[in-house]
Amino acid sequence: MGRADATGQRLAAIFMMGCVLLNHPIASLFSRPVDLGGIPLPYAYVFFAWGLVIALMAWVVERPRD
Amino acid sequence: MLQGWVIVAVSLAYLGVLFAIATFGDRRAEAGRSIIANPWTYALSLAVYCTTWTFYGSVGRAASSGIGFLPVYLGPTLMVALWWLVLRKIIRISKAYRITSIADLVASRYGKSQLLGGLVTVIAVVGVIPYISLQLKAISGSFSILLRYPSVVMPGGGTDSPPFHDHAFYIAIALAAFTILFGTRHLDVTERHEGLVAAIAFESLVKLLAFLAVGAFVTYGVYGGVGDIFRRAAESPRLRELASAAGAGGSWGNWILLTLLSMLSVMFLPRQFQISVVENVDEDHLRKAIWLFPLYLLLINLFVLPVALGGLMIFADGQVDADTFVLTLPMARRAEGLALFAYLGGLSAGTGMVIVETIALSTMVCNDLVMPVLLRMRSLRLNERRDVSRLLVSIRRLAIVLILFLGYLYFRMAGEAYALVAIGLISFAAVAQFAPAILGGIYWRRATRAGAFAGLLAGFAAWAYTLALPSIARSGWLSAAFVEEGPFGIALLRPQQLFGLTGLDGTSHALFWSLLANVGLYVGVSLWTNPRPEELRQAALFVDVLERTAAPERTRVGPGRASAADLLPVIGRFLGPGRAREAFLAYARRRGVGTIDELRADADVVQFAETQLAGAIGSASARVIVSSVVKEEPPGLDEVMDILDEATQVRAYSRQLEQKQRELETATAELRAANARLQELDRLKDEFMSTVTHELRTPLTSIRAVSEILLDSPEIAPEERERFLAIIVKETERLTRLINQTLDMAKIESGSAEWHTAELDVQEIVREAVDATSQLFREKGVALSVRTAGPLPPVRGDRDRLMQVLINLLSNAVKFCPPTAGRVEVRAEMAAGAVRVDVEDNGPGIPARDHEAIFERFKRLAVDGQPAGSGLGLAISRRIVEHLGGRLWVDSDVGRGSIFSFALPLETPAPAGDGVPARIAG
Repeated sequence: MGRADATGQRLAAIFMMGCVLLNHPIASLFSRPVDLGGIPLPYAYVFFAWGLVIALMAWVVERPRD
Repeated sequence: MLQGWVIVAVSLAYLGVLFAIATFGDRRAEAGRSIIANPWTYALSLAVYCTTWTFYGSVGRAASSGIGFLPVYLGPTLMVALWWLVLRKIIRISKAYRITSIADLVASRYGKSQLLGGLVTVIAVVGVIPYISLQLKAISGSFSILLRYPSVVMPGGGTDSPPFHDHAFYIAIALAAFTILFGTRHLDVTERHEGLVAAIAFESLVKLLAFLAVGAFVTYGVYGGVGDIFRRAAESPRLRELASAAGAGGSWGNWILLTLLSMLSVMFLPRQFQISVVENVDEDHLRKAIWLFPLYLLLINLFVLPVALGGLMIFADGQVDADTFVLTLPMARRAEGLALFAYLGGLSAGTGMVIVETIALSTMVCNDLVMPVLLRMRSLRLNERRDVSRLLVSIRRLAIVLILFLGYLYFRMAGEAYALVAIGLISFAAVAQFAPAILGGIYWRRATRAGAFAGLLAGFAAWAYTLALPSIARSGWLSAAFVEEGPFGIALLRPQQLFGLTGLDGTSHALFWSLLANVGLYVGVSLWTNPRPEELRQAALFVDVLERTAAPERTRVGPGRASAADLLPVIGRFLGPGRAREAFLAYARRRGVGTIDELRADADVVQFAETQLAGAIGSASARVIVSSVVKEEPPGLDEVMDILDEATQVRAYSRQLEQKQRELETATAELRAANARLQELDRLKDEFMSTVTHELRTPLTSIRAVSEILLDSPEIAPEERERFLAIIVKETERLTRLINQTLDMAKIESGSAEWHTAELDVQEIVREAVDATSQLFREKGVALSVRTAGPLPPVRGDRDRLMQVLINLLSNAVKFCPPTAGRVEVRAEMAAGAVRVDVEDNGPGIPARDHEAIFERFKRLAVDGQPAGSGLGLAISRRIVEHLGGRLWVDSDVGRGSIFSFALPLETPAPAGDGVPARIAG
């Protein structure tokens, strides 16, 4: 029970983090005409943050249960 | 060469493969070896979210707004993080109460209301129709384009031709036939669609692979990689801006709105609900889906922008619709096989959506719209028919055809006027209306049927007026003046600037007004109406579902009583007699009896029958059917109170438990502290014992030594003998003093000392003490002077004890003063409301670090290298002064002499009688 609660709360925290990362104003910080290895910065940033959220969620739900 | 018949054949072959997979899946399910009972299939089937909107439309959106196509996928990614809390609860509810659709969920939550179920169904059907038409548009468009291979020509103008010349018409018919084959093959309508889910998962795989193939082809085949595409695009100012402006093509407001909209849609679109809730096999599959599904979304969007940029560069003349780039780019490069694969990917995306969506909608239409009406028509005598399950299937098939026909109609009316994504957003905004009633319903007990109804109706009306009507008007079926100038020319009522609100795009504007009306009325009406007993019952069942289902086989309070023999025929009509019999037998065995006839006629049987029926025709209709058989006992206030009480009690118990636990923790901490204190006291006691023993041994040793000498030497000289005897006497006195003082100390500390309090004149006591010790001073040649400042007020205290303190201080002073040069002064005066006595000497002084230590027991300072005194005098003195409410301290430094002072308050709080000390320091 405690474990399941913790999972839910961790995921909720990731939700909030994702909301902040993938929205104005944080995301607009990267809205500038700069390249990152040939890839425009905003495009690279959004996919990076997106991948980060997914990786965190995978980590939270897939850790071996104690 | 891709000829028409090749494309048609490939399409049909593909659908055949799907059908085969579905059949295989169903066979395996019947054999009890489900192929969908794993989290991977579940996650893949969730990707039914990605329709042709994603497959074709994302590129089109990206071509006009850069990464503005992404929020529609970021929203679900974020929402998925909350699924563990929200969706898990909805799944639990749906499993426990046999919910089969969104309409059923809402109807059931608000007291199994048929009216509410009907309203939700209407909203879902009307709202989703544009979305279905989007699929028709995309599939027929891609078919028409591929037909012209190798030339790339946009279809265009198709809506003017009669339906039988229109590809979309035939595609709609084919899809209807296919969906009917798929979703309603079984007569037993309660089955979950295992085979269907397997096919959908397969389709998700196909569309992902197809898109990745096209993306890789464009990026690495046509261009030299991602970097190359962006570099070349950067040469054109327009494309450069497109690629690098985040949230371009709209404001950040738009970005946030789309995120929010897609967050709600991924939960409340009928097909998403069907797949994620109804078809869910195991709640635990959510765990993997939580990251696999967003990962799928990320992968399918990886190449969207490169493909869009590539398309814009290759078809620089703007003749080709960006919505078709996924198909037209391989065509332009003569990649025949890839073009066909891309077409199949689009077909997968479209068919997957249409099949699941129409099945979900047809279930709703049948259970929540048609059945309630049919049941009301007494002339049909539906209750008396032998087998109604065939009728149910027919209704569903008819519903599927009707829904697809409406989709086609909308496509003909409005489809050409909009891009794919814009059409989809209309549907998203419609299903967002379900959010308040459902989310509120599973967390908020107080929400009422009236509130939900008012909210949904108002939200739907606002949506229809501000979004659906303009979309129809734009296609010319309605006067454009209606949108431009408002109805009857009233500008305030213009659908797209309602009440003069401007500055928002169409979807944001509609979403704002509709959700405002929806939430406002939902909350407001709920708060101002009272829930009926059956609403309260359902509310408790829904809100507390996690607690309730954690302990399975909880007896639920039933609505009435009936025997299984009465119920079986009724259920049989809808489920088919065989299946019903099986279900009842299984239930009987669970209850521990062998045959159906032995089942007791109680509320549980009725509950079971109703739940079985709910799976087939929805909870609201099931209610009506069962109540026609059962001698209905409306849920009494008692029953409802029971349920509520139960929930309240559980909460109260858990609170009590927490309280107890906290108390226990506090008690443990206290015990631990007490234990530590006891151990410390024990240590002090041991230390005291060993010190006392040591102190006693010293005089004893010398007495013994001297006595032995006397015993062993009878011929010792008389004067020598006398000297030895004097030593014995002196050491014995010292021993006695030591023992007396130890006893004294023990008495004071234990509080058993006797105190005789009276009003005392401190000056007099000082005088007497000086007299008593004057002999000591004379012997050592130390000068003693007394200085008092006039008459002092009396203090309360014990005369003898105070004497004892003063004598102790004076004799200490003598002891530490140098002989002949020594000087001691005693002063008595008033200071700060107390009588203060100082005893000052000009001895060697005491280092500051010893100022407290000398008041401890057996701590002595050395006089000329020899310890002096018993080491108890100062300790006793301090306790006496403190007992009298005063304090005793020393002011001294090495080489500067010492001043021992004590102060006694004038209003000494009377020591509590004899014996019980006010405060005794340990």
